Amino acid sequence: MENLEQLVQDGLAAVEKAAGLQELDQVRVDYLGKKGVLTQQLKSLGKLSAEERPAAGQKINEAKVQVQDALNARREAMEQAALDSKLASESIDVTLPGRGQDLGGLHPVTRTLQRIEQFFARAGYSVEQGPEIEDDYHNFEALNIPGHHPARAMHDTFYFNPGTLLRTHTSPVQIRTMEASKPPFRMICPGRVYRCDSDMTHTPMFHQVEGLLVEKNVSFADLKSTVEEFLRVFFERDLAVRFRPSYFPFTEPSAEVDIEWGREEDGSIKWLEVMGCGMVHPKVFEYCGIDPEEYRGFAFGLGVERLAMLRYGVNDLRMFFENDLRFLRQFR
Amino acid sequence: MKFSEQWLREWVNPAIDTQALVDQITMAGLEVDGFEPVAGRFSGVIIGEVKAVAPHPDADKLRVCQVAGGEEVVQVVCGAPNVREGLKVPFAVVGAVLPGDFKIKKAKLRGQPSFGMLCSESELGLSESHDGLMELPADAPTGQSLRDYLMLDDVTIDVDLTPNRSDCFSIRGIAREVGVLNSMLVEAPEITPVAATTGERVDVTVRAPEGCPRYLARVLSNVDLSVSTPLWMQEKLRRSGIRSIDPAVDVTNYVMLEQGQPMHAFDQAEIKGGIVVRMADAGEKLVLLDGQEVTLDEGTLVIADHEKPIAIAGVMGGEHSGVSETTRNLILEAAYFDAITLAGKARQFGLHTDASHRFERGVDYKLAWDAMERATALLMDIVGGEPGEIVEVVNDAEMPDERLIDLREQRLADVLGLEIDRTTVEEILTRLGLHIEKLLKDGWRVLVPSFRPDLTIEEDLIEEVGRIFGYNNLPVTEPVGSLGLKAVPEATRPLSAVQNFFVSRGYQEAITYSFVDPKIQALVAPDEDGIELANPISADLSVMRTTLWSGLLKTVAYNQNRQQPRVRLFETGLRFVRRDGEIDQRPMLSGVVAGPQDPENWLNGRREADFFDVKGELESLFQVLGVNVEFCRGSHPALHPGQTAELMLDGQSVGWLGALHPQVQKKLELNGTILMFELFLNPVVTGYVPNFKVISKFPEVRRDLAIIIGDDTAFADVERVVRKTAGEYLTAVRAFDVYEGESLGEGNRSLALSLFWQHPERTLNEEEVHGLFDGVIGALKDELGATLRS
Repeated sequence: MENLEQLVQDGLAAVEKAAGLQELDQVRVDYLGKKGVLTQQLKSLGKLSAEERPAAGQKINEAKVQVQDALNARREAMEQAALDSKLASESIDVTLPGRGQDLGGLHPVTRTLQRIEQFFARAGYSVEQGPEIEDDYHNFEALNIPGHHPARAMHDTFYFNPGTLLRTHTSPVQIRTMEASKPPFRMICPGRVYRCDSDMTHTPMFHQVEGLLVEKNVSFADLKSTVEEFLRVFFERDLAVRFRPSYFPFTEPSAEVDIEWGREEDGSIKWLEVMGCGMVHPKVFEYCGIDPEEYRGFAFGLGVERLAMLRYGVNDLRMFFENDLRFLRQFR
Repeated sequence: MKFSEQWLREWVNPAIDTQALVDQITMAGLEVDGFEPVAGRFSGVIIGEVKAVAPHPDADKLRVCQVAGGEEVVQVVCGAPNVREGLKVPFAVVGAVLPGDFKIKKAKLRGQPSFGMLCSESELGLSESHDGLMELPADAPTGQSLRDYLMLDDVTIDVDLTPNRSDCFSIRGIAREVGVLNSMLVEAPEITPVAATTGERVDVTVRAPEGCPRYLARVLSNVDLSVSTPLWMQEKLRRSGIRSIDPAVDVTNYVMLEQGQPMHAFDQAEIKGGIVVRMADAGEKLVLLDGQEVTLDEGTLVIADHEKPIAIAGVMGGEHSGVSETTRNLILEAAYFDAITLAGKARQFGLHTDASHRFERGVDYKLAWDAMERATALLMDIVGGEPGEIVEVVNDAEMPDERLIDLREQRLADVLGLEIDRTTVEEILTRLGLHIEKLLKDGWRVLVPSFRPDLTIEEDLIEEVGRIFGYNNLPVTEPVGSLGLKAVPEATRPLSAVQNFFVSRGYQEAITYSFVDPKIQALVAPDEDGIELANPISADLSVMRTTLWSGLLKTVAYNQNRQQPRVRLFETGLRFVRRDGEIDQRPMLSGVVAGPQDPENWLNGRREADFFDVKGELESLFQVLGVNVEFCRGSHPALHPGQTAELMLDGQSVGWLGALHPQVQKKLELNGTILMFELFLNPVVTGYVPNFKVISKFPEVRRDLAIIIGDDTAFADVERVVRKTAGEYLTAVRAFDVYEGESLGEGNRSLALSLFWQHPERTLNEEEVHGLFDGVIGALKDELGATLRS
């Protein structure tokens, strides 16, 4: 049995000495395998008496467990070390930038248009589109702006020929929609419009959203709530809004809408004009075959670039159409 | 229109300060652009009297003056050429402060002591004029503060009138509004008829009564136009933005500003025979007051004598017939010209005058008599003279009708959303000068005064009541809807889906002008018929885009020139072409890609984007949209002949993808390969609504093959043959390798394909697949001359 003790000692030393998993496995085979030296010891039990056998067998098993435990521990340590070294070798600089496509962005005008459309879509307005090369009838005549009307001077119009022009507002889309269908209506008409004017504060093309609501019973008071609510939602602020009498040939009464935009030196509210609106002029209804005694409506219009400038603090209108990537990227 | 606050307050003087007054006017719909003091900030300036003038001993241009007005007569050195003995001038005494915080101190000029300064108008911030000292009237009280004397504590208010409010182009009109807003009576200067003292009269014939329903003329004989206009009138004109010319012109301008009636004065000596109001003959010429000679046409209403035109009616007088210092007898004109006849006339001749501005918007058709009497009286006070009787030619048939409008109480409440009590409504209407002709059961019958041509229908009256009542005093209510929601077809993807797709692929959305440079467009779309603007803003924005590439390529250049080598842009919008005489405007989706495919990174540097990068992106887009678009070989004048795909959907061409033609690229001075695409938006956003199919439980079978084919055979053709012959259970064909090399022989390439089959209800057996696979190989051999690569 001294032999057994020695064998265990040798086995433990071999485990300790093993340089890798392969050598370690060899130690397992040498000591614990079918022909391993410790396994062989069990075979010698047959030579002992029945009384001696259990104690001797237990001893041998204890010796095997002792070596097996050492083997397991050593294997785990080796595996851990291998994993540690693998992990160490795989470590990367996570602060390096990621690869692949970076994100593009929507044009700030589109971004603004989408916000406006979302608001009105929730209120049940449809989005209508129309031609940009328009005829005189839809751009002016049907909007109660006849040929000699001084209001035409307010629209510096691009012409192709005397009857064909680039729309100066998106209101003709309202006319076309009313012509093609029957009231009631709730629509907004977003899109490009054109005026023959170019300087620091004017670009020859810009965007408008015009809205129209036609119902049997609608009033200026309803218009006020729609406009006020829109402006407060758009600017995400409970700002003061005022309605100032104005003139548009296609609405009556007409108003311009000012919002609170800071304070004057004396502490009074500084007002900024942002929209135009009014009750649909009965003549416009007549042009579209709608009885103004039966239906009333309100309309409003706003400049998208102007709202975008206020919202995002852009200080130069012309930048919207230069498409400088360094500008556009600020809106993604 | 500009006017003096003081002048307005002579008519109506509410107890509110300037800011409140201005706010009030603005909120009544007469938008005030701004107001500014009529003089600079100064103090210590009095009326000085030049007692003596002596030459400066050491300076030719300076004079040494003795000036009274202060506590004692003091010496002042002055360089103005018009300084002379007896002159009354603004005198800034020692201690005065002039505009710009310029302090007047005791000084020595070329050795001579000077105690103060004599001032010009510009030095006091009264005008830009540098013509020497400001000359005050001889009766100006020496020693009085100039501010008090000229009543300079006044502002000029600039109101931006909307085209409908022609009635407010006068103090009379503005005062009326202020009166209504403050519930005050307006005190107008009394106008009394001036009796004729001579029998002088001018013969007036109106041959164009529709353009001139009323014409008044009056002769004023023996006037002295060498005198100057009184300072008070000059000041009122100046504060209204009108320069003083001579007493006749000043008075007509004054009456126009005060009453709203444009007038004109002719020199009677230059009128041959009499006055004829008629349409011009084509080709007639007239030299205008501003010196320009214009050629008239039949559409222009003129004032003529018996020989030739002497004025464009309501726009500008002629030079020849105008008054001058030597005019002895003058003819005053006050007329009502029809707004529609005059519309656009001034602009036609490149003019815009105070008169034309008013006439085009509509002048009070009953005003001419009052204006004539007012002008006569004012003018006689200044230049003397003897008035003749007023000659009036009226054509009643052409005069505007007296207008009666019924205003229904219920309608008023319905439109404004508020019931306003009857007394308030009546007071508003009456103060506005509207006459309540009759009380109706359900409202009012209102007579519209002659000065409000803009009021024609019931809604106009509703607006008047609403605006005076105050829009901001009206309630705020939610609109009640009776409208159902509009159906949105699921198969049609919203534009935002397309936009968001490109944004997620690293594209930046651009918005470029719809009108473009014809030179660029000729390069990218030489075959399209572009539509030209008649009045473009500039030559490089003069033709409508036939393709969005015209603007996008310019944008690429713009950014490349600003150190932005990697450009990925898309745009949606209309393009405009003429097709068979019709204008075709259709929404497009376009994009351009230049520079590296990915942002430069630390692993694979900067691989330039190529055709297949962009094609892959478009293929993904078509998956998003649910459309089956084919890429076919094509040719396009703007694109590289070997790298052009025409995009086909259901047999229709829906767009192009390709690399910009190197020659075009060179001409546009662009760097690197430019890839671009353009699609008709509407066909590609209409996809399908998904329709569920049972997922097969049986295994998928894959077979690979490699073939050698001519390199002019398109993969699309190979795919077509495969799909045709591989049977109905083929689920996919993929190319997994493309190879060209010398070993294959010139003009050949190798294509490696994987074919996938799957049966919905059973496992496909080996023989079946084998048979189909052999069939495919056979067909590729027969139809495309492909050989199997060993």
